[in-house]
Amino acid sequence: MNRSMKYIDDFRDPATAKALVERIRRDAGDAPIRLMEVCGTHTVAIARGGIRPLLSGAVAMLSGPGCPVCVTPDGYIDAAIALGRERGALLASFGDMLRVPGKSSSLEKEKGNGLEVRVVYSPLDAVTLAAATPDREVVFLGVGFETTAPAIGGAIRTAAERGVGNFSVLSSVRTIPEAMGVLAADPEVRIEGFLCPAHVSVVIGSDAYRPIARRYGIPCVVAGFEPLDILLGISMLLRQKREGVARVENEYSRVATSTGNRKAQDLIRDVFVPCDTGWRGIGVIRGSGLRIADRYASFDAEVKFDAPVVFAPEASACRCGDVLKGKILPVDCPLFGKGCVPEEPYGPCMVSGEGTCAAFFKYGA
Amino acid sequence: MCLGVPAKILETGDGAAVVELGGVRREISVMLVDDVSVGDWVIVHAGFAIERLLEEEAERTLALFREIAESDAFRNP
Repeated sequence: MNRSMKYIDDFRDPATAKALVERIRRDAGDAPIRLMEVCGTHTVAIARGGIRPLLSGAVAMLSGPGCPVCVTPDGYIDAAIALGRERGALLASFGDMLRVPGKSSSLEKEKGNGLEVRVVYSPLDAVTLAAATPDREVVFLGVGFETTAPAIGGAIRTAAERGVGNFSVLSSVRTIPEAMGVLAADPEVRIEGFLCPAHVSVVIGSDAYRPIARRYGIPCVVAGFEPLDILLGISMLLRQKREGVARVENEYSRVATSTGNRKAQDLIRDVFVPCDTGWRGIGVIRGSGLRIADRYASFDAEVKFDAPVVFAPEASACRCGDVLKGKILPVDCPLFGKGCVPEEPYGPCMVSGEGTCAAFFKYGA
Repeated sequence: MCLGVPAKILETGDGAAVVELGGVRREISVMLVDDVSVGDWVIVHAGFAIERLLEEEAERTLALFREIAESDAFRNP
C-alpha cells in the first residue's frame, strides 16, 4: 500500500528499530533472557520483522499459546461438522478456522463435499445472515480470546434484542491469564518475562497480569503489535530484569489501560460464565474458558442441539503442544517442514497464519 | 486473530459508525465504547470498535522513540 497509514507506519521506523536493537544488546546479560510472546499476532509480527535473529544471543523469544485457532481442540471441529452434517445447520466462521484439522476432516474439506460454511468478518454478520435466512439454523463458530469475546457476546446480545431465534454460537472462547499462569508455573519453560498481548490487554486491562508478576516474579510488559512496540516492550522487560524487579508495565498506552474496557468486561460478564476448558496440545486449564450463560442458553449451540463438545487429548507425533508451551521451537519437531507444511498441515500450529510453525515456515525465523 | 486496526470515525449513529479500513468504508459497531465522535480514532476488531486510540498517548510514545533514536545517534555518531 502506497498511502502512509497513520498510527501504523509511525511505529515501523527502521532507524528507531536499529537504535532499540542496540539498546537491547547493550542491556543484555551474558546468557540470553528467555521471554515469551504470548499472542499469535506478536508471533507473526516478530517472524515477519525478522526480530528473533536480530536479537540472537541477547534474547531468546519463545512463542506462547496465543493463537486461538491453534489451541481449539479437534473435538470442537468435529462438533461443528456434525452440526452442519447431522442437524442441517448453516455454519458461519472466521476464515482461519476452515483448515484446522478435526479427528478425520476439516471444515474446508467438508465444504468441498457440500457442507455449507460461510466465512464472516464479524460475528454480527452471522446474526445478519440468520435474520436473512429464517428457515435455517445459523451456528457461528465463536472462537477467540478476550479480544474477540465482546464481539461474540455483542452478537448474542444483538440476536436476543432483535429476536433472531435461529442464531446460536458454538463457544470456544478462552482467557489468557489462566494459560499464562500454567506456563509461569512450569519449571521446564523457565520464562523470565512475558510480552503480554496488545488487544487482549485492551479488554482486560494490564492489571490482570499483576498476580503473575507478583506470584511468579516474572516481569510483564503489554506491548503493541508494530515492530517498534515489540522492541520497546522487550527492552522494558530487559531493564526490569537488570533492576531485579517484576512488575507490570504498559508500552501500548495509546490504547490499553490498567483497568481495561469496562463496557466490554460487563458484556462478557453478562453473556458468559467462566468454565474449565481443554486447550489443544496443553490439556484442561481450570477457569480458562467462557461458556454461554444460562440466561442466553437458547443461543448456545451446545445446549440448543444437545451437542456438547468433547475434549480428548490427542496422541500423535505432532509436537504442537510443546511448541505452544514454548518448550521447543518448530524446527525441533520431527514433522516440521516434512510431513507438516502449510499446504498440507498436520497440526494446528501449521494451519493458522498466526501459528508458530506457520510463521517459522513462512519467514524462516 | 487478535489483530486490530486503527481507524478514524467518519460518521456515527445509533450504536454504529462508519470508518475507513484499508481504503474501504465499512460500518462497525460502537457498542463497546462510550460517546465516539466523528474524527476520533478507534481500534477495530471483528467489526467492533474495541477501544478508543488516545492520540496524546500515541504522541508520547512516538516522542520516546525519537528520544531513543537521537540518544543512540549521539552514542554512535
